[in-house]
Amino acid sequence: MAGAIHATGLVKTFGEVRAVDGVDLDVPEGGVLGLLGPNGAGKTTTVRLLTTLLRPDAGTAVVAGHDVVREPDRVRLSIGLSGQFAAVDDRLTGRENLRMIGELYGLRARAARQRADELLDRFDLSAAGDRVSRTYSGGMLRRLDLAGALVVRPSVMFLDEPSVGLDPTSRLMLWDAIEDLVAQGATLLLTTQYLEEADRLARDIAVVDHGRIIARGTPRELKSQAGGQRVEVVVAWPEQLGATASVLARFGTRGPDVDRPRGIVSVPVDGGVRLLTEVISALAADGIEITDIGLRRPTLDEVFLALTEDVPRHPVGAAAATGAAGEKE
Amino acid sequence: MNVSATAPPVPELKPGTVTKSVRDTLVVTRRNVIRTIRIPEVLVLSLVQPLVFVLLFAYIFAGSFALPGAHGPAAYREFMMPGFFAQTIAFGTASNSSVSMANDLQSGMVDRFRSLPMARGALLTGRTVADLVQNAIVVTVMILCALLVGWRAHHGVLQAAAGFGLLLLMGYALSWVGVVIGLTVRAPEAAASSNFLWLFPLTFLSNAFVAPSTLPTVLRWAAEWNPLSATVQAARQLFGNPGLAATGAWPAQHPVLVSAGWSILIAVLFRTLAVRRYRSAGA
Repeated sequence: MAGAIHATGLVKTFGEVRAVDGVDLDVPEGGVLGLLGPNGAGKTTTVRLLTTLLRPDAGTAVVAGHDVVREPDRVRLSIGLSGQFAAVDDRLTGRENLRMIGELYGLRARAARQRADELLDRFDLSAAGDRVSRTYSGGMLRRLDLAGALVVRPSVMFLDEPSVGLDPTSRLMLWDAIEDLVAQGATLLLTTQYLEEADRLARDIAVVDHGRIIARGTPRELKSQAGGQRVEVVVAWPEQLGATASVLARFGTRGPDVDRPRGIVSVPVDGGVRLLTEVISALAADGIEITDIGLRRPTLDEVFLALTEDVPRHPVGAAAATGAAGEKE
Repeated sequence: MNVSATAPPVPELKPGTVTKSVRDTLVVTRRNVIRTIRIPEVLVLSLVQPLVFVLLFAYIFAGSFALPGAHGPAAYREFMMPGFFAQTIAFGTASNSSVSMANDLQSGMVDRFRSLPMARGALLTGRTVADLVQNAIVVTVMILCALLVGWRAHHGVLQAAAGFGLLLLMGYALSWVGVVIGLTVRAPEAAASSNFLWLFPLTFLSNAFVAPSTLPTVLRWAAEWNPLSATVQAARQLFGNPGLAATGAWPAQHPVLVSAGWSILIAVLFRTLAVRRYRSAGA
């Protein structure tokens, strides 16, 4: 259990707003859980509760075998946190930042210096190691922040929106680094708004909205939960969108969705590939010209929208929570 | 990027020990001092402003201010210098600590520190110790400048050192006030402007530049009991500079005692408040 996260009934309120409203989490040692949710869903607050930055109003959490409320120092020795906004000192050099973090973990000066050099090397920051970190690019800052979370090998890593604001190249580099970590056996809890990121990095996903977990499972399970396969048709002529929709309606388990700007009509279906040939003949019979047709599983984006769209947003409440907590979500 | 080719080091210092607390404090102090050095403009500006004031007062106003018991611009220069030392320390320290603290909260550094197994008070104490270092630098430069415009300490090096010791102790206490303000208002801009609310009364409602006996009763009482007045009076006494002994108020009679007492009281009180605020920061 040394590397695990186990939380039951976590609650955190800020004034009137229940930012975290009864969250249960279980991540086994070596597991990777993605917390997926929109802004203000309670992801960051959950991470802050699990990393001893906040005290829960109710519920318990055990991280790396230690209770976050009763033994916060033990928890801090075993975790690494990389924040949503890179928390590195902008006026210290990369090397000084890592040395300072090492010393604060309890390393002797020499060990901290050595470790800083190693980490700079591994995260391709050696050349910039003696530059003040405010001159770093967003991707370099993120890597430095991640390196800071790895100074002593933590048994549990928390990454709060690791790739927010990164360009695609930096994002891929960061993902590679995270995948390496996971391959080394680290337990990882990662929050993200990007479904692509959750899909790629997490083995399990918990979808969070309004402080509650509204769905959980592997990416595959969540996708089939949101309606299995769909037939998707790209029409050649926009005028035929309506006619296409009425043809597809005959095959769907629900009504078709029309994406007018992209000229796409799609519908959830129950049959397999054979259905495609039927759809193609039906469309041809009605004289509809298509440029593409396919059978595919929904993206996590669609899952996510399907799961969260029924619940009304409360922008005012979310703003209040942000203000009260000073939280960056 | 191969993340863990060699085994990461194992921490040797365990949290909760005195050694670890002292070292954490030193690590944070070093970090804060480095931050100050990295933007020398701030340090330079914090020196230039008082120097400009010293020259203004020494050469423009000193001729027209009347000082009871002593006469002439030279006497006023000697009188005002301890006031300037105190004012510069008060403004410099309090704004420095409050703005830096708010900055650390806003930039996420406090979260980073709080997620590490470091001593609880180290971030705050490291802030105030760094302020003390900066004050010592500022005071050294001010002494040189004061000597240039004709100020002298007349009772020898030891007494002079005691006087500066009291001034720096007051600075250290006010640094804790700044930490509490920074942790409370959270935004650096707000911290910067909120300082004027209390720093102006603290420095001007005192004996630093005027005689409290010239003030209406309530203000006079406030000026006489002002911690800054006691420190300025103590410095004047220890430096052998002309003062305002005529008021006969008790704090003015025992300035060294009152100054030390105030500074210790303020430091203890605001340290307690600061630690409490820090624990619940974000909660």
